[in-house]
Amino acid sequence: MRGFIKLLSLGYALAIYGFIFLPVVVLVVFSLQSTAFPIPPFTGPSFRWYEAVLNDPRLTSALINSLAVAGISSAIAAALGFLSAWGFARFVLPGSAVMRGLITLPLTVSYLIIGMGLLVIFNAAGLPKSLLTAGIGHVVINLPLCFAIIYSQMGDHQINIERAARDLGATEWRVLLLITLPIMWPAIFASLFLSMTFSWDEFVISFLLTRFDTTLPVEIWNLLRSGLNPKTNAVGSLVFAVSVVLAIILELILLRRRPA
Amino acid sequence: MNKPSKTDRALPWVLVTPALLWTLLFFVAPFVAMALLSLNYQAPDGLTISNYTQFFTNPSYYRAMTNSLEVTGLVTVISVLLAYPFAWILAEQVPPRLQRLALLLAILPFWTSYVVRSYSWLLVLAQNGVVNEALMRTGLFTEPLQLANTRTATVIGFVHFFVMLLTLTIFASLKQLNPSYRKAAADLGAGPVRTFIHIILPLTIPGVMVGAFLTFVLAIGDYITPQILGGNNELLMPQLIMLQIGRRGDFPLASALALILMAVVTIAYIACARWLKIERT
Amino acid sequence: MTEALVEMKNISHSFGRVSVLSDVSLTIKAGSYTVLLGPSGSGKTTLLSILGGFLVPRKGSVLIRGVNCTTLAPARRPTTTVFQDYALFPHMSVGKNVGFGLRMKGVVKSERDRLAHEALAIVGLSEAFNKKPHQLSGGQRQRVALARALVVKPAVLLLDEPLGALDLKLRRQMQDELKAIQKQVGTAFVHVTHDQEEAMALADHCVVMNQGRIEDEGTPERVYAQPATRFSATFMGESTLIPGEVTKAKGNTISVKTAFGSFPIVANAEDGAQVTLAIRPEHMLLIRDSRSITFGNARVTAVVFQGSFRRVLASSTTKSGPSFIAKIPVELEVAVGDAVTPCCHIEDLIMLAK
Repeated sequence: MRGFIKLLSLGYALAIYGFIFLPVVVLVVFSLQSTAFPIPPFTGPSFRWYEAVLNDPRLTSALINSLAVAGISSAIAAALGFLSAWGFARFVLPGSAVMRGLITLPLTVSYLIIGMGLLVIFNAAGLPKSLLTAGIGHVVINLPLCFAIIYSQMGDHQINIERAARDLGATEWRVLLLITLPIMWPAIFASLFLSMTFSWDEFVISFLLTRFDTTLPVEIWNLLRSGLNPKTNAVGSLVFAVSVVLAIILELILLRRRPA
Repeated sequence: MNKPSKTDRALPWVLVTPALLWTLLFFVAPFVAMALLSLNYQAPDGLTISNYTQFFTNPSYYRAMTNSLEVTGLVTVISVLLAYPFAWILAEQVPPRLQRLALLLAILPFWTSYVVRSYSWLLVLAQNGVVNEALMRTGLFTEPLQLANTRTATVIGFVHFFVMLLTLTIFASLKQLNPSYRKAAADLGAGPVRTFIHIILPLTIPGVMVGAFLTFVLAIGDYITPQILGGNNELLMPQLIMLQIGRRGDFPLASALALILMAVVTIAYIACARWLKIERT
Repeated sequence: MTEALVEMKNISHSFGRVSVLSDVSLTIKAGSYTVLLGPSGSGKTTLLSILGGFLVPRKGSVLIRGVNCTTLAPARRPTTTVFQDYALFPHMSVGKNVGFGLRMKGVVKSERDRLAHEALAIVGLSEAFNKKPHQLSGGQRQRVALARALVVKPAVLLLDEPLGALDLKLRRQMQDELKAIQKQVGTAFVHVTHDQEEAMALADHCVVMNQGRIEDEGTPERVYAQPATRFSATFMGESTLIPGEVTKAKGNTISVKTAFGSFPIVANAEDGAQVTLAIRPEHMLLIRDSRSITFGNARVTAVVFQGSFRRVLASSTTKSGPSFIAKIPVELEVAVGDAVTPCCHIEDLIMLAK
């Protein structure tokens, strides 16, 4: 009976793995297509489409835009999240629970609606669509995440460390920068990393709030207009590869940190 | 304790104001703006609820909502049913030292961009894509099936994403079960099947519910998957909203639709929270 | 009834290359309260797990009521376990928890509920039937776990450090209750603990374990008064230890030569054997009287007030080495640095094999 269950489990697991990997495999395989259609038969392998991607100025500038928007908006979100988390955790403020709830509220709202709302007020304010407006939107979606992560890690055990620092003469800002910041570093790093991941891959808000200079997901979307194209496969595979490599590097860094 | 100085008392406000301000300016204000727009505050006769009545009376509008609910409901149920056994296998059948690797592999496609992932399914399900080619090879079909640009494709696209998400959450739920429960159940005479039915399943249901809720909320608000895979024969709410913004430029209607969508999500949230509270007692 | 209910024969077990039990044999009698006592790593919990069916021993056999249960799953054995963290199913009410084992046996609901009520009454928690575990205190949860294990009427009830999570007062109270319940129900209990006071309070059969072996076994009175080994003498209560050598062994009487002189002991040993003499702190006197034998002179190094007595440590000034531990009445004033004469009555000497 045990053996039967094991066999059944293996079969089911393989089927699900197959389902999960099917689109990725098709994506990567046909990115190496030598002809112009990313469909069977495979006329492999050729790197012409990767060349096309790297030579496409729209794609490469979109890539840089994505990195810039992700980096800057994540940094702002993490900074605001950290400062407010510390403020709420260490001081008693009236209506604290309401304010904290407000800051975490955007987590429950669809990105489409957040983007739409921003479009409405930017239109009303006469602010044109740009990477800046998209970046502002990204901070809106990432701030609650950063705040939630960092706030949850602000434990009581650090209060005494900070008290000791004050006792030895440090001003509030020094305590914050020299004591709290380094101690909270893992949480800050985690929220930075997550924010960058979400921002990097984010489509709807970028789509609504940018015009000419745009981010990579939007540029890929534009590519889709031209139908099935191995170039899209190539750029998708590149994005995938880079993400996987980054994830592996992160794993190694985290693994090495653990014993310490 | 020393009496707090002026700077001491101001400090906490200095710390939390930036985040609060950002939220108020770029999250709350847009909502207020949308609410006002949806009530046609700019119209000469003042506030009306015509946009809302439009939604409830025009079939092509409310059908988008019913479509969304149907598709999202289907996706949630299918994803949970597929993911639970998979997560169970990863947590129970895979040897412990390989579990992390197996889980990582199971969620690897998360790292493709969301847009790219949906596009990949388009490739797979296209008229001359791999699935149709394979089906034709078997000889059972003489003509390629219309798989892409259908509701089926949208469901497949969503299920692909959410099976990965739910596997992750259900796996975590299974792993954090106190192993003593299993021992106690075994000790009192329950075999592996009955231990699962009476102990493991009921204790993991809350985690499954949270995952299902997450699936529902994320899927119902998603524009990308239905737009790429569903074609334009049938519209879901996000597509309808986008249509009003883009082609028609009818922001008041779009705002109303967006708020209606939010209302549905809020109802689901309250239902889930209530259910979880009942579970506690 | 004195027949053996459980027989564990030559049990050996290891985790990987680490040996945790070496050739352990144990007999449990019906209706007894057996306590497995030992420090962490002594193998007591492993032995309990083997008895409960959660581990299959590398070597040896387990017989319960004459049936070889060595490889039988826990569900099939006539044993139930009360786990250290109680393991109450959080999603079931107390009544459903207690009735779970009966449900697995196929007992109908009305009967299950009746028996569950009975079991809860025995542990004093009748009113908790409809409550959920998270609404109960630690002590109450422990009693529910006990009721759940008892209601299926096992041949042996196993308890894995059940009182470890409770504070001192509650622990003492639960010890009294456990003893009373066991007497009332009549099931054989096997209870694992590292607390020697708990062992002495509860057991009628005390098993002292160390490093995978049984060091000593018997009633708590006997194990305390005549510990078989050095470990037993220092784990079950404290002792002053004085090394010596056997000279003049004649029948049942031997003479043991120590640094403080030779003393006659009633015991069996061979000439020339290296032995240790142990004296319990309550028998250690600091002032001579007419009958006592002395161990030279000593200087007090520590005095600890313990409420009803003082615990005194003294270091020998005659010969380097022995430390004396004495329990003296509070009325006797002793201070650090005082010179004392450690001595005891000859019949209080305990001889331990090296």
